[in-house]
Amino acid sequence: MTVRDAMNVLGARVLVGEENLDREVKSACGSDMMSDVLAFSKDHSILLTGLCNPQVIRTAEMLDIVCIIFVRGKKPDQTILDMAAERDLVVLETGHRMFSSCGLLYQAGLHGGAI
Amino acid sequence: MADAIRLTYEISPDDFTRAGEASSDVKSKLKRLGVPPEAIRKVSIAMYEGEINMVIHADGGEITVEITPERILMILADKGPGIPDVEQAMQAGWSTAPDEVRSLGFGAGMGLPNMKKYTDEMKIDTVIGVGTTITMVVNI
Repeated sequence: MTVRDAMNVLGARVLVGEENLDREVKSACGSDMMSDVLAFSKDHSILLTGLCNPQVIRTAEMLDIVCIIFVRGKKPDQTILDMAAERDLVVLETGHRMFSSCGLLYQAGLHGGAI
Repeated sequence: MADAIRLTYEISPDDFTRAGEASSDVKSKLKRLGVPPEAIRKVSIAMYEGEINMVIHADGGEITVEITPERILMILADKGPGIPDVEQAMQAGWSTAPDEVRSLGFGAGMGLPNMKKYTDEMKIDTVIGVGTTITMVVNI
């Protein structure tokens, strides 16, 4: 699917990266622990998180993640959004909670990828 | 070794917002040099974990990166408290990070194991009360 498909599934709002919504995404991971994302993420293109700090952007950068989805209506501040824009990331925001967000995307065909 | 590129970064302590800047810079330099993506990914993750550790546990320090056509060498040196039990620290899930660090998304006890996983060589030299130097190599 594309980032746009994921956005529609979650009824999410684009905060950064409107021009990159047609990028393809193959798998996703969801966590508030960036340590775990770094440890277990393998070629994930979407990171779902409720953590809202600059290290989320850096973690995504290190892992070549395409799109960050902030769940539970978390609102990243302008510094975080600017960092994301500099790195060409897409940032979405959804009111769904983590479990529901992951479930909806999984149901739509986006899986967890290789273990 | 004539064509080795050497980069040095001061890692400032207690500035969690900026933690990762050095790794980010190394990543973009490696990309520009045309280093294969898999090697870049390994270096990025290992160095970022190390850099975060230096900010969380060790009052910052210095990172030196040396790039040759064969390999990328990273030396992370801090003057922190040292690691009392390296074997224990290497266990997945073991962490001494305080709650405030955990609330920032780190301290899952995956840092050192992750650094080992993503590098071809890793060596930890640590002295209690003096500091820790971690040397990592990723072959290209």
